[in-house]
Amino acid sequence: MNLRSAQVQRLTAENVTLGYDQRVIAENLSVEIPDNSFTVIVGPNACGKSTLLRALSRMLKPSEGRVLLDGQAIGSMPAKKVARTLGLLPQSSIAPDGITVADLVSRGRYPHQGLLRQWSPEDERIVNESMASTGVAELADRAVDELSGGQRQRVWIAMALAQQTPLLLLDEPTTYLDIQHQIDVLDLCAELHETQGRTLVAVLHDLNHAARYATHLIAMRGGKVIAEGPPQEVVTAELVEKVFGLRCQVIDDPETGTPLVIPAARRPRAQAPAEAGARKGGSA
Amino acid sequence: MTVTAKARPVRLPGGMSLRIERRALAVGGLLVLAAFVMAVLLIGTGDFDIAPWDVVQTLLGNGTPADDFIVNDLRLPRVLVALLVGAALGMAGAVFQSVTRNPLGSPDLLGFSYGSAVGALVVIILLNGSATEVAAGALLGGLLAGAAVYLLAYKQGIHGYRLVLVGIGASAMLVAVIQYLITKAQLVEASRAMVWLTGSLAGRDWAQVWPLLLTCAVLFPLVLGQSRALRMIEMGDDAAYAVGVRVERTRMLLMLAAILLTTAASAAAGPISFVALAAPQLARRLTRSPGANLLTAALMGSVVLLLSDWASQRAFGADQLPVGVVTGLVGGVYLLWLLVTERKAGRI
Repeated sequence: MNLRSAQVQRLTAENVTLGYDQRVIAENLSVEIPDNSFTVIVGPNACGKSTLLRALSRMLKPSEGRVLLDGQAIGSMPAKKVARTLGLLPQSSIAPDGITVADLVSRGRYPHQGLLRQWSPEDERIVNESMASTGVAELADRAVDELSGGQRQRVWIAMALAQQTPLLLLDEPTTYLDIQHQIDVLDLCAELHETQGRTLVAVLHDLNHAARYATHLIAMRGGKVIAEGPPQEVVTAELVEKVFGLRCQVIDDPETGTPLVIPAARRPRAQAPAEAGARKGGSA
Repeated sequence: MTVTAKARPVRLPGGMSLRIERRALAVGGLLVLAAFVMAVLLIGTGDFDIAPWDVVQTLLGNGTPADDFIVNDLRLPRVLVALLVGAALGMAGAVFQSVTRNPLGSPDLLGFSYGSAVGALVVIILLNGSATEVAAGALLGGLLAGAAVYLLAYKQGIHGYRLVLVGIGASAMLVAVIQYLITKAQLVEASRAMVWLTGSLAGRDWAQVWPLLLTCAVLFPLVLGQSRALRMIEMGDDAAYAVGVRVERTRMLLMLAAILLTTAASAAAGPISFVALAAPQLARRLTRSPGANLLTAALMGSVVLLLSDWASQRAFGADQLPVGVVTGLVGGVYLLWLLVTERKAGRI
């Protein structure tokens, strides 16, 4: 972590205080997103992980401190300029009635267009590429409302890709999806990170998904960063108990060798305190 | 390629390009034609009928002096008012429905029209003002109501549902004020107030055309310039921010423009009901294109109002039935139909 601080990362939050109305969610929070990483933010509900993501994507203005994109305060940059560098997949978006997949994906080109430059051959090429790399090219003429949840999420990701931003933020991209679609979307994210060299930042609920896909993990609780680093170093039984209040074992994922969290079995209450120490700890 | 299946890019020199949907273009062309035909028919209609061809000749300056007086001095300004009021209401309705993401989010139901009515009635009943003063009162009342509804609905930005609810509440209160003002009125003022309240094109002349034309000339390009941003906002505020739209600023600008258009229309012709509600929906069904269809909605508004005025004159004789009654009748049926289909679709 100390080594990383020596070089300046493209997206950082400096001593930010975040909240809604009078309610403060995080105070004096500093975070650096390592360039070219697949960073995943985890933590229990209301730990401020989505709030942090909103601040990083300039949707929430910090009441104190600032978020820097390429060394500039993100709030004072022209909106379209930010949108050419930093993309965001919001938690919920509305597909307009009857819009086709191709039309929706092409809306991602908005920050590159103007009143007199509404559609260039480059726009066309990038939209087609985005649909191809998310596997929705054959759905191009279908209406978005007819698609399944997993397909729809791919279309929204395609739209964010069409924005052609080196940084892409994803707010709980797997929520409301079936397990096979969750894995599908995460595989797609990993592929985008590996083959296109984009920096990805995602908020995820599932710790095991985070441990498997992240190259950099940020664990939060109560508006503070409790630990960060590669999942192999960060995900330990101690940390999981500290962050989530969950007793568990951590073993190697038989598929990938990444940490896998196994919650402790339910035991009779009387025995719990005595055995708690013995059950804790695991192989990471 | 698939992307251009619906929208054809038009390339201009210097790397400029516009994106035009073929169907929207065709619908727009047909509506312009329809508006022109209706305008000519309407100018020819009245106590003294003039054949369409003679109307066109007179408009081009080749008519007899008598025709010239009737066409250019009496009926042309009235038709122009109808054209502009319809277009202003159509566009304002499209903006509101898009911003609130609700087909019921029209200025009729959000209270702005009632604000105009209160303003006009205060001038008519309490101040006994002239026609120009009534128009000014309507303008002021509409703007005040618009500002009040906007501020009451504002909480970390404007959200469609809250705006509709606050608007309905404001409408109810303003209707009460209208009723109160009418009970306070003498018979002459009360009848003048009732005529204003139905919305009418009778006796409109160039004095109404110019301010309305100026308002539209300024606001139409402004609103159309924001139409691409408005399309992004339809996907939700977060998605719009993500692609670089300044959501709150764009929305405030558009709503201000739409309130101004509505009140300018009310000031010129009274609160003509349901055009703002129906025109955007009709436009959308014709173009089959998602989004606000701002220009098509404006053209549709003109055609609807011209058609209503022509129908009322044909059916009941010149200036017997104010056009607001016809749009109210047709629009009321349409609103019921809309509510029923929306309920079947499970949206309300």
